[in-house]
Amino acid sequence: MNRPATHTAAELAELKARAPLLVLDAITKRFPGVIALNDVTFDVQPGEVHALLGENGAGKSTLMKVLAGNHKPDAGQIHLEGEAVHFDSPMQAKNVGIVLIHQELSLVPEMTVAENIFLGSLPSGLFNTVKWRDLYAKSGRILDTLGCPFAATEKVGRLSIAHRQMVEIARALVFTPKVVVFDEPTASLTDAEKGVLFEVIGGLKASHVGIVYISHRMDEIFTVSDRLTVLRDGMVRGTLVTAETDEDAVTQLMIGRSLKGRAKSEAAADGAVALDVKGLTCGTLYRDISFTVRQGEVVGMYGLVGAGRTEVAETLFGLRTPQEGEIRIDGSPVKIGAPPQAISLGLALVPESRKEQGLVLGMSCRDNMSMAQLDTVSSGGWLRTSAEQEIYDTYAKRLDLRAPGPHALAVNLSGGNQQKVVIGKWLSTAPRILILDEPTRGIDVGSKAEIHDLIRALARSGLAVLVISSEMPEIMGVSDRVLALYHGRLAGSFDAATLTEDRLVQAISGL
Amino acid sequence: MANALSRLSRFSVVPPIWLFTAACAIFFSLTTENFAEIGNIQNILQQTSTIGLIALGMTVVMINGNIDLSVGAVVALAASLAVGLQGEIGMLAAVGVGLMSGIALGFMNGMIVWKTGVDAFIVTLGAMIGVRGLVFVYTEEQSFFAMDFAYSDFGMSSVAGLPTLAWVFLGFTVLMHWLMTSTVHGRNAYAVGGNREAAINAGIPVGRHMVINFMIVGFFAALAGITLSTQMGASTPNLGREYELWTITAVVLGGTKLTGGTGSIIGTLGGVLAIGILRNGMNLMQVPAFYVLVILGVILIAVLFIDRQVNAVGKEDVRI
Repeated sequence: MNRPATHTAAELAELKARAPLLVLDAITKRFPGVIALNDVTFDVQPGEVHALLGENGAGKSTLMKVLAGNHKPDAGQIHLEGEAVHFDSPMQAKNVGIVLIHQELSLVPEMTVAENIFLGSLPSGLFNTVKWRDLYAKSGRILDTLGCPFAATEKVGRLSIAHRQMVEIARALVFTPKVVVFDEPTASLTDAEKGVLFEVIGGLKASHVGIVYISHRMDEIFTVSDRLTVLRDGMVRGTLVTAETDEDAVTQLMIGRSLKGRAKSEAAADGAVALDVKGLTCGTLYRDISFTVRQGEVVGMYGLVGAGRTEVAETLFGLRTPQEGEIRIDGSPVKIGAPPQAISLGLALVPESRKEQGLVLGMSCRDNMSMAQLDTVSSGGWLRTSAEQEIYDTYAKRLDLRAPGPHALAVNLSGGNQQKVVIGKWLSTAPRILILDEPTRGIDVGSKAEIHDLIRALARSGLAVLVISSEMPEIMGVSDRVLALYHGRLAGSFDAATLTEDRLVQAISGL
Repeated sequence: MANALSRLSRFSVVPPIWLFTAACAIFFSLTTENFAEIGNIQNILQQTSTIGLIALGMTVVMINGNIDLSVGAVVALAASLAVGLQGEIGMLAAVGVGLMSGIALGFMNGMIVWKTGVDAFIVTLGAMIGVRGLVFVYTEEQSFFAMDFAYSDFGMSSVAGLPTLAWVFLGFTVLMHWLMTSTVHGRNAYAVGGNREAAINAGIPVGRHMVINFMIVGFFAALAGITLSTQMGASTPNLGREYELWTITAVVLGGTKLTGGTGSIIGTLGGVLAIGILRNGMNLMQVPAFYVLVILGVILIAVLFIDRQVNAVGKEDVRI
């Protein structure tokens, strides 16, 4: 195996003293035309957090699906506590104590928290009736151990995304698990909630559960993991002791090259004010928001989930009607009643949820890109394919879109390329103000840097850019100025060059 | 106003359709002389029992995220078998065969939907056409008359002041309500309809629940066919035409979503009664039959529109 000997002698001795809890031994999995996993060996010790990294398509998900019984390996074996095991279904894996916490929230919104926690294993009595009292008592106990601030009787559909994630985790604790796989668990959590999650992971470690932790976020991996394994193109590129390595080394293993330094921001203080918001208020969502965005400037908006960030963006785009306040574009006051009006005023919004709000997944890249301006690519109600193709060609090139072609369906692209299609769609409307809501959510490290470079480049070309993000490194890295939102109010406006993380955390916590 | 409505919908245990049903009942009690009479109420219950029985099964299938368009054809098939076979194998055995035919067709629908992955709408649309064909093959386009007078007597009988068929309907309503709210099967049906991926990941035997639910609706369609033929003492090959549409209308009025995951038997009961009361009340007011259809169509859309408004406001509240 190409495993570098980076363990210290002491640690190596300790690891050897404990028998591995779980071993995935030389797993190979082929799909038609691709080798998804090539001789992958991966092990987890009891009470250890073993992080699994890799770009999208590196084979992480396939490996975990093999582990959870969704896929059968073509070669190789799985050993749990020294014994070979075979799974034909997720249920079998679950029954021996391997639990996967899914990346996509797989909850039933119409059902209560307790019913979701016990989904598929509702406690039942005579005539198959549900033992409700049992159900709620057990769920209540699990929620207490997690410190969840919501009741077991609450409907999941009423919970925030972050709280839903907690339900997902609660679900894993029903089965006294031996191995828990966290797949991108913090994708939608705020820093405070991450803290709770890490405590939970600490608790699991203490009870000798083995943990596989999949994440794109380097800072988390270095906080939470004991060892890490990097996959690239279906092969293990290295298994390292986390304490003995650093981000650069790991990134290099992941993408096979080193990331070039981020384009440094140039002062954009001299551009004309493109967007000027004064005293914007919308019910209980946010109050008295004032800020400006200049041409050539990237303004970041940071705050906890529910602080009103997305709502401000939606108001600017005409999806919400403010009660008070004024919006000026290029100096003249405007009323924006609906998105078409916003578009004609030169605004563009790349929405928070790319798959639900940004793309029609079943449509081709080209059709997705021309969607926001069918007026200009059609004459008399007839679409002109050549005009559509022109848009695609222009922006596929400008954004370095890696798609098999204009007719490739959006659903088949990686997250980074999907996001480029959405950005291309809006750029083609020739906007002067671009709003991006969580532009790199769920996108791998390599593509993330690319999107960041792209945002900077767009600003340099004269666009006024407003970026909303819940990732602090992103907001601090990409913005010229940072607005901090706390409970629907503007808690501060900072120059990114002199802003420290501590100061920003204080601002968004209302300190 | 909208806010008050949404709060109302959140805290009321009774599905909103019941407000509408009650309003209709009050309206017709005040505007017509005969609506509130015992005899008329018995009449409504008897008339609604046919659609009502099918709607019980349809609710379950729709909560599960599917639909069954073949129920009308199954009504005719079960009725024809139960009446037509009486002379040869006796009344009870014939009724048994009729019920079994519904369950068997439900099983078939369910298995095809499960194993082929073809949408339930298409599968049962095919079944609707095919089964109707089978009915014509079997009956040779003839109507059958019940040989055994006990058969039609049953359809006209009453127990403790209510028509027997009304009791059958209400009894099964209670049973199905219990099934959907208190049993693992019922809750899993909601889970499958609400988020199929989640249900599969949670190890719920999705296919099995689906097949069982198709068998349930098949049973109820057959039962409805049989109870309907006991009322007439006969069966005709065209029995039950458009029943699938009336059933779906009642179920949707009752708050069950076509997309699955939401709905209740209590709501369906409200929806069934709403249609029954409207038809009966407008009949008493001597509204011409064709206008009744126009009004029912408008009401269906209006009620769902209001429901959507109320729920949309509710969702917005939660986002804060």
